[in-house]
Amino acid sequence: MDIVVCIKRVPTTDAAIKIAADGKSIDPTGVQYELNAYDEFALEQALRIKEQLGAGSVTVVTIGPKECKKQLDDALARGADKAVLLTTTEWIHDGASTAAALAAWIKTVPCNVVLCGRQAVDSDNNQLPANLAARLGFACVTEVNKLTLENGTFTAERDIEGAREVVTCRTPAVISCQKGLNEPRYANLKGIMAAKKKPFVEAAAQLAPRAIEIVSLTLPAARAAGKILGQGADAVPALIAALRNEAKAL
Amino acid sequence: MSNIVVIAEVRGGQLKRPSLEAVTAAQQLAAATGGKVTAIACGAGIDAACAELGKAAHKVVAIDGPAFANYSGDAYARAIADQVKAAGASAVLMAHTAMGKDLMPRVSALLDTAIVTDATGVSFAGGAFTAQKPIFAGKALMTAKALKAPFCATLRPNNFAAATSGGSGEVAKVAPPAGDLLSVVKEIVASAGGKTPLQEAKVVVSGGRGLREPAAFKMIEDLAAAFGPGVAAVGASRAVVDAGWRPHSEQVGQTGKVVSPPLYFAIGISGAIQHIAGMRTARTIVAINKDADAPIFKIADYGIVGDAFEIVPALTKAIAEVVKHK
Repeated sequence: MDIVVCIKRVPTTDAAIKIAADGKSIDPTGVQYELNAYDEFALEQALRIKEQLGAGSVTVVTIGPKECKKQLDDALARGADKAVLLTTTEWIHDGASTAAALAAWIKTVPCNVVLCGRQAVDSDNNQLPANLAARLGFACVTEVNKLTLENGTFTAERDIEGAREVVTCRTPAVISCQKGLNEPRYANLKGIMAAKKKPFVEAAAQLAPRAIEIVSLTLPAARAAGKILGQGADAVPALIAALRNEAKAL
Repeated sequence: MSNIVVIAEVRGGQLKRPSLEAVTAAQQLAAATGGKVTAIACGAGIDAACAELGKAAHKVVAIDGPAFANYSGDAYARAIADQVKAAGASAVLMAHTAMGKDLMPRVSALLDTAIVTDATGVSFAGGAFTAQKPIFAGKALMTAKALKAPFCATLRPNNFAAATSGGSGEVAKVAPPAGDLLSVVKEIVASAGGKTPLQEAKVVVSGGRGLREPAAFKMIEDLAAAFGPGVAAVGASRAVVDAGWRPHSEQVGQTGKVVSPPLYFAIGISGAIQHIAGMRTARTIVAINKDADAPIFKIADYGIVGDAFEIVPALTKAIAEVVKHK
């Protein structure tokens, strides 16, 4: 089975977000980047599927700046066979044009399964996997936190409002991965050494025309500073009084 | 081409409330475009749900038949995309629910058009649709304009009132188109224990690493229970979920759930940026922490400094008293 894992380099979740002077982009000053947390589950699942079948390939792909090489190298060190960097300097936030570009690239390589994180924690779109699946004509299950593969068919489980859904899904398929699906492995020294010899392809991304345009980015209104009501259990009556009389929350 | 389409969500024959919120947003857009609201619903035996939709939508298209008894993202999307084209839609809305997140991107891809997900507002002005949405888990807000039509958007629940009027009651029934289901729901298992879903709870009581051990969450559960059945849900910080103390379904923050309850308790949670991103829009925030300098106190409305093991049981008792005398 040939598996493609789509990853994204995103600002770390502890990054403070500032808006750039143009009012339409993020100020990159001081921002550190990491592999999108949900993509770690997608990569791990791809490696497990390959291990289960004892055959196949895992190719990790991203669209982004040249600096994404670091995250791709890490994926190779964890066990991916090949990395592809489709370069652009634009911030990838438009799910439709990103899905179109990825679909066009995936159609050029052998691929039975695409694994993605459920969403990137920068644009928080949660739309690329299903969008991509429709463009490829693949089956799709999103936000999966349990996945089994038997005779070429997936059984996937996902949380929905107040319940769990069990979904059967044929291949070829796109699966979007939720936290809880697995425990991702980290790269060891042997993996890091092996990664240096693995194929790494870099090419300019063929981005489709934009489907949306950012009009503005703004920061949410700051919360007013609150009050410390006291120390220890003695402060509980003051809290109850404030919640009842002032906040009208009880 | 000025009509607005709402994709309604029907589960087990029941119309889900966020779909009626999407109808309200659609009515507002239709007033601006001069179009009408069409609702599309899929399922098997969905007459009652469609009658409810018909009270608020100008027209309801029911794609109703045994083949659609169980949700299939690919089959539903194909059928809906055809109906969107037939409806002459300039915009398509759906709630940002588990189904909406799965279905709307597929529909938009089949229409090869623009999509904004998890929108908290949509508008039409100067011939263009725009939507506002939180990014970076709410650390920033993005306003985006659609450059392709029809404009597709999923709407975050609880941002619009549910529509109950303005419809004509017209329901047109069509059969599901023939074709394979590539993926299909085999089974729906109700959550055990009838827990209040985190994002629907009126009160969220969250615990963090300051609780020192998983067993201490009993105290958090007790405080949540003190509010009475169905009112409060337990949340957790990323640190305790990563440590395996609590399930990911309870995680509040940038890599968990974003909640906005009327009342939020952060207990033994220092207030990392990634946690605050998930709860900063709660109406009232209470923090209990040993460290008077913890960042959580900068955004909390009320704080108590001290040992959670001493404060929380006293608070639980006091809340139970208040609830008893309500």
